[in-house]
Amino acid sequence: MKYLPTIGIECHVQLRTKTKLFSEVDNDARGKEPNSCVSPVDYALPGMLPRLNGEAVRLAILAGKAMNCGINASSRFDRKHYFYPDSPKGYQITQFYEPIIGEGYVELPSGTKVRIEHAHLEGDAGKLTHFDSYSLVDLNRVDTPLIEIVSMPDIHSAKDAHDYCKELWRLMCFAGVTYGDLYNGNMRFDVNISLAPEDSKKLGTRAEVKNLNSFRSVERAVEYEISRQTKLLNAGEKIIQETRGWNDATGKTTGQRSKEEAKDYRYMPEPDLPPIRLSSEFIENEAKKLPLMPSDYRKLFKGLVSDDILEILLDYPTLMMRLNEIDKKYLKSISNLFASVLLAEEKTAEYLNDLPTAEELNDLASMNEKKELSSTATKEVFLKLFDPQMKNRGTKNIAKELGLIQENDLDALRKIVDIVLEKPETKKAQEDYRAGSEKVLGFLVGQVMKESHGKANPSAVQEILKKKLS
Amino acid sequence: MKTANKKVTAERLVRDALEKAKHFADYNIFTFLNEDGAIRRAREIDKRIARGEKIGRLAGVPYALKDNFLSPDGETTASAHILEGFKSPITATAVAKLEAEGAIMIGRTNLDAFAHGSSTENSYFGPTLNSVDKTRVAGGSSGGSAVAVALDIVEFATGTDTGGSIRQPASFNGVYGLKPTYGCISRYGVVAMASSTDCIGFFTKTPDDMDLLMSIASGQDAKDMTTLPDYYNDNTEFAHKKVRIGIIKDFDNDSVDKEIRAALKTKCELLKSKGHEIVELEMPALKYALAAYYIIVPAEVASNLSRYDGIRYGFRSDESDVLDDLYFNTRSEGFMPENKRRIMIGNFVLSSGFYDAYFLKAAKARTLIIKEYEKAFKKCDFILTPVSPNLAFRLGEKVNDPVSMYLEDVMSVPLNLAGVPGLTIPAGKAKSGLTVGIQMIGPRRSDKALIEFSKELSEDD
Repeated sequence: MKYLPTIGIECHVQLRTKTKLFSEVDNDARGKEPNSCVSPVDYALPGMLPRLNGEAVRLAILAGKAMNCGINASSRFDRKHYFYPDSPKGYQITQFYEPIIGEGYVELPSGTKVRIEHAHLEGDAGKLTHFDSYSLVDLNRVDTPLIEIVSMPDIHSAKDAHDYCKELWRLMCFAGVTYGDLYNGNMRFDVNISLAPEDSKKLGTRAEVKNLNSFRSVERAVEYEISRQTKLLNAGEKIIQETRGWNDATGKTTGQRSKEEAKDYRYMPEPDLPPIRLSSEFIENEAKKLPLMPSDYRKLFKGLVSDDILEILLDYPTLMMRLNEIDKKYLKSISNLFASVLLAEEKTAEYLNDLPTAEELNDLASMNEKKELSSTATKEVFLKLFDPQMKNRGTKNIAKELGLIQENDLDALRKIVDIVLEKPETKKAQEDYRAGSEKVLGFLVGQVMKESHGKANPSAVQEILKKKLS
Repeated sequence: MKTANKKVTAERLVRDALEKAKHFADYNIFTFLNEDGAIRRAREIDKRIARGEKIGRLAGVPYALKDNFLSPDGETTASAHILEGFKSPITATAVAKLEAEGAIMIGRTNLDAFAHGSSTENSYFGPTLNSVDKTRVAGGSSGGSAVAVALDIVEFATGTDTGGSIRQPASFNGVYGLKPTYGCISRYGVVAMASSTDCIGFFTKTPDDMDLLMSIASGQDAKDMTTLPDYYNDNTEFAHKKVRIGIIKDFDNDSVDKEIRAALKTKCELLKSKGHEIVELEMPALKYALAAYYIIVPAEVASNLSRYDGIRYGFRSDESDVLDDLYFNTRSEGFMPENKRRIMIGNFVLSSGFYDAYFLKAAKARTLIIKEYEKAFKKCDFILTPVSPNLAFRLGEKVNDPVSMYLEDVMSVPLNLAGVPGLTIPAGKAKSGLTVGIQMIGPRRSDKALIEFSKELSEDD
């Protein structure tokens, strides 16, 4: 039988606030000692009360707007209870009943729309590291602000699941609400997958694969689940509603706990935090701060930047912002340089946060257009614009300093050609050319280039040679 | 309030208070005596007095601190085994404000563990005895603080009131006890019982002392998002104008002690004679208060007590090999029976499938109660009621009968659900010698007027 997979995705996004969601300690614990970014509130000393971080609320508004979602004028927090050492309070503060972000949608590059059911603010849990006979607890991550984005089950293939996660990641990065570092868990995905006969109106029983942290693992986990569930269904077996873990090394999911053992979280309104009330003016003002989104760039650059290159560059918000300042006529060449030269560099990551100015890039494209720089020289100067040793000196100065500006003065070039044609070692080639051998022209151009120390414009040289030898 | 000066030093005041505290040791008032710390602080204040420096409004005044306020002086135990050994790095906002004015904490007072109770018998350290009759309870949960003031060990003590925990022991010991408007005083650094009803307040011998403490401790605190914008000290206009006093018909029945009813009547007559008007109120929604309270409060209690897991601070059971046992054993051994009862009730009413039937319904009843008070305060300025149905009962009389113990709270909990302030005013003695108190209730933010008006009921008048 043919089955239609139905997929819904929950995504946790860590917000890039300065301080935590409910306390005033540093939210950026990267590279810091375990348990060094923990306040008495996060540590859950008796008598400690959460203080809501207004910055997290503002970022949630941006995140919501990036997904075309409504922002609720009133929302509030709830407590979700469970005992585990990663949760010092014994509950997580989340928004179960009245979330801040309402319905919306995300449009994939393919044009498919995935509806957003809602998204809510909550505090992250701590991190446990397990050893043979003991476990270590690091509370640095406790109450890092998260938004959890819950999609509708609008996804029906592994590729769309991949594209949805990637598009979400782009939206959150473009909106500037997260550092978007997947390797460090800034975004994590829980994927629900069920299968039903293609003509069935009812959804099948779903399995949930939790804690995926790359688009590739989302895609592979969905592929695996589709094939696992198809086999089970074809064999007449039932799918168990359960949580499954993903093993990236084996490429398989394995059952963790079934719904029957699921915990009762005993949700309760959080009495220590008043509801969040947002005026429509406030929401509108915050929404105005939303920068251009990938879909905006797709419209802006249609026909100016090739589709393939645009989709590659859309992973880098800073590059898109810079491209948006480039002269339209140079968009093609600069976007090509970004995609084929910059992204091939090892140091791309460092370079991305400190790009050359639009003026420098426009100058580069213009010099290339005027043939003052050969295509090889253009690439070389382009990279120097990022080089901490060279940058900020201006494109022309760098090109000059490196001696890369091409000789385009025809009189000067004719003189060099004359010198070369006088040389005995070129006589035979000249005779061959006149006798009809076109391919020796390359040799002669090479000789001129050598004589000019590489600065001659080769196509101009070729034209002069052709005239002189005719 | 007797503050220190050059003649009567802070050290003298503190030493006298400590001496009295030791003299009354058999009442089991204190869980900790701050001897060294208090004397050290007194000497600092005396030095400042000697140098002619500015000193605070409570300079050198010894006070007693209910043992659920966090401060680095002594262990903060909330009279619970599970917090034994817990030394707080934090100072509660209320404590910091009092001490900034020069008040000196001479000891931490006993309470029902985590403030769960109406008699101070649920303390890990044993019951505190009534100041008038040692065979009777001090009331609770702030029993230690009430008795410390009643026996003149200190001029004031702090308390917390979640359902009557200040007003009832004040009544049982013949002192003033105020539960302010919800959000008037910061809860930061006070061991939480039920976040949406917990209030910080005081025990004093006079309304003026109460007013002074309120003017110091009240105010918005960035560390407690539920605090109200400052209002207490703005509200200075109240004069002894003629007011209307509401009395609740339903509370005048046979389940209330005769002598309490008589005291209430006497006070009403006194007020009438002074030209105030008495109006009868019907407040039918109040009958839901106790039931709603014993759903909402245990739910918040269960949640707030989740953090006591033996992992990070306080007591941890040694007998555990795996994590679940550690939680189970620590909490089984560390909590008192009444704590466990409330945790179980709370988790039950929050559990999936029961939330709508219990918690949500109780929340709706709470809204009705809030509206009932709003309606009542359109008809009167203050409401006068008993604090509780009974005089101080005998030790052991109710401790094994939770329902009759909960019924003690029937007249005090509606205020907590509505967030309105209530003041216990001493109203003489019963034939037995036990003290009688009555409760005056005002609308939200009327705390100062309430304290001012209570002078109309003063015994000296």
